[in-house]
Amino acid sequence: MKRILAGKAGRVNVPLIAGAAVTSAFVLAAVFAPWIAPCSPFDQDLFGGLAGPGADHLLGQDRLGRDILTRIIYGARISLTVGFVTVGISVLLGTLLGTAAGFFGGRVDEVIMRTCDVFLAFPGILLAIAVMAVLGPSFLNVVVALSLMGWTGFARLARGQTLSLREREFVVAAVAMGATPARIIGRHIIPNLAAPLTVEATFAVAAAVVGEAGLSFLGLGAQPPTPSWGAMLAEGRQFLLIAPSLTIWPGLAIMLTVLGINFLGDGLRDAMDPKSKLRGE
Amino acid sequence: MRAYIIRRLIGAVPVAWGVVTLVFFIIHLTPGDPAQIMLGESASAADVEELHRQLGLDKPILTQYISFIGGVLTFDMGASIYTGKGVVSSIFAVYPATLSLALCSMALAIVVAIPLGAMAAARKDTAVDRGAMFASLLGVSTPTFCAGPLLILIFAVELGWFPASGRSGLVSLVLPSITLGMAMAAILSRLTRSTLIETLGEDYVTAARARGASGRMVLFKHALANALLPVVTVAGLQLGALLAGAVITETIFAWPGLGRLTVEAINARDYPLAQGCVLTIALSYLMVNILVDLIYAAIDPRIKYQ
Repeated sequence: MKRILAGKAGRVNVPLIAGAAVTSAFVLAAVFAPWIAPCSPFDQDLFGGLAGPGADHLLGQDRLGRDILTRIIYGARISLTVGFVTVGISVLLGTLLGTAAGFFGGRVDEVIMRTCDVFLAFPGILLAIAVMAVLGPSFLNVVVALSLMGWTGFARLARGQTLSLREREFVVAAVAMGATPARIIGRHIIPNLAAPLTVEATFAVAAAVVGEAGLSFLGLGAQPPTPSWGAMLAEGRQFLLIAPSLTIWPGLAIMLTVLGINFLGDGLRDAMDPKSKLRGE
Repeated sequence: MRAYIIRRLIGAVPVAWGVVTLVFFIIHLTPGDPAQIMLGESASAADVEELHRQLGLDKPILTQYISFIGGVLTFDMGASIYTGKGVVSSIFAVYPATLSLALCSMALAIVVAIPLGAMAAARKDTAVDRGAMFASLLGVSTPTFCAGPLLILIFAVELGWFPASGRSGLVSLVLPSITLGMAMAAILSRLTRSTLIETLGEDYVTAARARGASGRMVLFKHALANALLPVVTVAGLQLGALLAGAVITETIFAWPGLGRLTVEAINARDYPLAQGCVLTIALSYLMVNILVDLIYAAIDPRIKYQ
């Protein structure tokens, strides 16, 4: 733990600590939302529609008079749940396919990596947009769409690492001792992938949070009245002139969450691969 | 070189075919009847039947697949259900708007990123470096749908310097280009910094220093010139990503391009048009990537074509 918190030459790993602090704050807000949120995220107050910040509503009220702070706190639940679940599925799928491709090589590798290329030919969230367009908006579909997009990065990473691990003595020895491929992959290869995969997964959570918010912003993600940051931004856009706080707060929430997670990823990378920092990455 | 180009192009064919197939199956393997979804719950059976015939959904799936591929190859992807205009001509009509936005964003990103990255590398581990890298992390962490509305709020609503939406001359390009180019500028500045730091450690840079060249001369003439190649390559590869990023940016700024057309087609459940738009963006991305690869191979003598 001490080694992870300390950066290069024993200095404190600032990005890691700052990132972990911001990310934990949002995770805690999401978990304890019902206890810390001042109101219910669905309670309307039509007389207070678009009201600015006040004593009762610290960040103001939206079009239907719902408390913005409450909806941002509950919005963290949607964003982070989608982020973690999507990345969990992507890591699982990508690692399995990637290690299989790297370990078995030949035709298996060819089929898996060409499939990967096809998915990678869809830039950004385009594939997720296309999938959401046909599946229709729902929480589960957002996870499916974003996972379809996310597995490729992990598959490529796992394949590359497996290719080099396959040549290492301890794997060669395991093969010589007659270990089954499943055992070699499970006991010798995957444990050695943990460090690079953790770093990649951290950045992927940030990407999934952005992806979810983007889909909701386009009206393809969480549906009203679910409090989602992307949907709140889209609604706020209509009232930019009269109630800018509708846009500013959810926007800041997304930026801060993503910044925190990216910092955490940067810090983890420095901690797990000190050479990356020396190379100036 | 020619053999390399041919091999690269042939290698792209299976991927392009995979993209076309995936786009076809996204629509056809989904639960429910696309015609029913397009027309809504209340549509009569006769209307659904008619749309089936119109879209060829009544034929076996293999026949539909073959005619879809034929359509892609001959640039005939049917007509929009709502406007009745040809899908391909609708896309061609808006493509220049998206291209100009993407190119402008890229130019802006390069102009900002290279000096920022060079400054950070030259003053590595100082406050300038940390400040520049924090700014770039902030840029990466700001999605277009956050940056766009905030820029509109500040520069269109409060200051009134630029129009908030629409496409009317160069001035209307400014805010969408900043929104779309911000993340790219952030990525490029980090890349400029890391490649420059690496280049500054090379023997020929040390040699130049030993000959008494000034710090500025070393940085610009010897190091930056060599460090720029990967930066320009990534910039090129990102151009494809910008085409996709335009989907959200164009929606924010009501920019009449391919991205907005895609979202409109999806919201209207106009599947033939949506299919065409998604396919065009993906294939453009693929083409840009190949082109960048080829240009890179042509200008960098260290790359072997074998």
